[in-house]
Amino acid sequence: MSALHIKKGSTRHSAYNLRPTFSDVQERHTLAVLVENEPGVLARVIGLFSGRGYNIESLTVAEVDHTGHLSRITIVTKGTPQVIEQIKAQLGRIIPVHDVHDLTVEGPAVERELAIFKVAGEGDKRVEALRLADIFRANVVDSTLNSFIFEITGAPDKIDAFADLMRPLGLVEVARTGVAALLRGD
Amino acid sequence: MTREMTGADMVIQTLKDQGVDTVFGYPGGAVLPIYDAIFQQNDIQHILVRHEQGAVHAAEGYARSTGKPGVVLVTSGPGATNAVTGLTDALLDSIPIIVLTGQVPTFMIGSDAFQEADTVGITRPCTKHNWLVKDTDELSGVLHEAFHVATSGRPGPVLVDIPKDVQFATGTYTIPKPSASHYQPPVKGDLESITELVAALEKAERPVFYTGGGVINSGPAASQLLRELVDATGIPITSTLMGLGAYPASGKHWLGMLGMHGLYEANMAMHGCDLMINIGARFDDRITGVLSSFSPNSTKAHIDIDPSSINKVIRVDIPIVGDVGHVLEDMLKIWKSRGRKTNAEALVSWTRQINEWRKVDCLKFADDKKVIKPQYALSRLEALTKKYDRYITTEVGQHQMWAAQFLNFEDPNRWMTSGGLGTMGYGFPASIGVQMAHPDALVVNVAGEASWLMNMQELGTAAQYKLPVKQFILNNERLGMVRQWQELLHGSRYSQSWSEALPDFVKLAEAFGAKGIICSDPADLDDAIMEMIEHDGPVVFDCLVTKHENCFPMIPSGKAHNEMLLGEADTEGAIQAGGAVLV
Ligand SMILES: Cc1ncc(C[n+]2csc(CCOP(=O)(O)OP(=O)(O)O)c2C)c(N)n1
Ligand SMILES: [Mg+2]
Repeated sequence: MSALHIKKGSTRHSAYNLRPTFSDVQERHTLAVLVENEPGVLARVIGLFSGRGYNIESLTVAEVDHTGHLSRITIVTKGTPQVIEQIKAQLGRIIPVHDVHDLTVEGPAVERELAIFKVAGEGDKRVEALRLADIFRANVVDSTLNSFIFEITGAPDKIDAFADLMRPLGLVEVARTGVAALLRGD
Repeated sequence: MTREMTGADMVIQTLKDQGVDTVFGYPGGAVLPIYDAIFQQNDIQHILVRHEQGAVHAAEGYARSTGKPGVVLVTSGPGATNAVTGLTDALLDSIPIIVLTGQVPTFMIGSDAFQEADTVGITRPCTKHNWLVKDTDELSGVLHEAFHVATSGRPGPVLVDIPKDVQFATGTYTIPKPSASHYQPPVKGDLESITELVAALEKAERPVFYTGGGVINSGPAASQLLRELVDATGIPITSTLMGLGAYPASGKHWLGMLGMHGLYEANMAMHGCDLMINIGARFDDRITGVLSSFSPNSTKAHIDIDPSSINKVIRVDIPIVGDVGHVLEDMLKIWKSRGRKTNAEALVSWTRQINEWRKVDCLKFADDKKVIKPQYALSRLEALTKKYDRYITTEVGQHQMWAAQFLNFEDPNRWMTSGGLGTMGYGFPASIGVQMAHPDALVVNVAGEASWLMNMQELGTAAQYKLPVKQFILNNERLGMVRQWQELLHGSRYSQSWSEALPDFVKLAEAFGAKGIICSDPADLDDAIMEMIEHDGPVVFDCLVTKHENCFPMIPSGKAHNEMLLGEADTEGAIQAGGAVLV
């Protein structure tokens, strides 16, 4: 297997393994894309996904290196192995993109998402919501006599599970940040 | 070196420092400071086109015939939107061009100002990269980076949008080193993979080289190395529309063009090979036919500078990311050091098989004594122009495919055609760009009457600059390629594929001060072509040809390489419903 690096500084396993196994199975991959923090760069990344018909399950972006003007975009996407390879190669063609890492391949990685939930209710439901929040280590960040706002951090499926539990207890609104992810170890 | 100057002067200075001698453009309010700077210097010649689309295609013609980037200067709003087709054309054909657009002043951006358009937004998907420069101090850095990006790695079009106040303001001019850019696509291929390819080549019984525009883009040295490799190994070679001329048409191992209207022997060799070596091509759908039966029994190697081209449509066994020239150099070195081996015995029978296919003589056509057949016109054009220092451009349609089949190219950079986008209206302005770069050469645009009308206003440009471009129009009074598809796929219902109300091309030429020639009799054709060649000035040649001729061979949509239609007799029910939905 030849591993080909197309961007300077690609570390560990290359994201550009050009000999993928072909299959029809849809895989979920988390990509970390380091980009120059310049106007329009997010539009380029999103335009690539919409223009070529790729999926975005979640996307987060923020500047992570102030002096180097670098932002980190974390994208969760779904596709066959061939499509995932294309996505990475196409991302690599965007000029302000410095690095593309496939955390799913290079992993294991830690994935975290922050979400806030507004739950309204009274009596038993309110007590039950608080009890479950405690089990999920969600914090109460706002409360009125008949509502709470919980803040919860965790892997996306933990947040999904929490949402499922809150729904019958009076879930009103959810806001999620999308996934941020890092490789484990050094 | 740093100097203070205005943004407009920085544009001129950058062009000079980049060795640019010609700019194709059209002025307007948002670029007036740059036009003022152009007025006050003599190093860079500005060619005033008649439509911004023409400027971009002219720059493409200039770039493709020289290997240097083409430069375009247009105004904001409509100037920029008119450039979009050319940018997309250059993106799909990987042509290095730099388009400079004026923009409304920074303080008016977003206010729906007069002639404001979101140019970087509109052109983001049709450029390799683009920039909006809001600070004069950053302008020279961006302009030099624009040249670097356009010409490195897989070449392509870039655009720099320059607000008018940035052109007026003064800032510091700097020349960044290309090595300072973080964009440094690697050019060397992985030696392990190249060795694997050489080993496959040594053993292959039925190998074929399948080459493309990447060989041309890599530069003349790549074509030279390709010739050396092909001639030393004796492996047959075919090429895409984009790659014609990299290996000479007179070369012993030349199979002719492959693909939808490619030659029988080329497509059959692709179908039957056991080793396919793709060099700088991209398995385009015009090439592969139906994917499920594309070259079913071959090991496939793919050399490409763009990793995203690899495994995009066809899964390959030996991927090599790198510049064609560099990879071919290493390939030759490794092959020689391993003792110049080939499977000679097997190659003899492979060649015998190919020669059988050649005997089909797939380009034969029924000649006609009364009406000029388009194929005949092109074979005469070939015979009468081949001894000249000749460059060919084309429009898009049947004439384009016949030109690719009947004209022979001995060198790279001699053939300019819109391959990826298939842009009608490309050829005439492209011929102007080519002639600008090669003032003494014979530049012929092989055109269809419908395509040619799409950018015929450029006759004004040709006349103004006394560019002796020859417009060889194969006039079938039809949108011929559309008509052919309607005949094959839509029961000969010729919906809107008639070229009605055509102009008198001779009078039209004369109205612009150019020469017009009309020819309808095969017996007069040679003299008429010679008259065209010998006229010192632009010529519009109206060559009246058979109206309902079809272009063969043809791989119908949804079919494989070995299911080519070779002539009218094969067309009955050739394309079933499944293929009809494809383009
Ligand atoms: C700008 C543009 N519009 C439409 C088409 C679709 N199209 C492809 S070939 C063709 C007909 C071209 O007619 P002509 O230039 O006379 O060439 P012919 O096929 O007759 O040789 C058309 C309409 C195109 N390729 N480009
Ligand atoms: Mg026509």
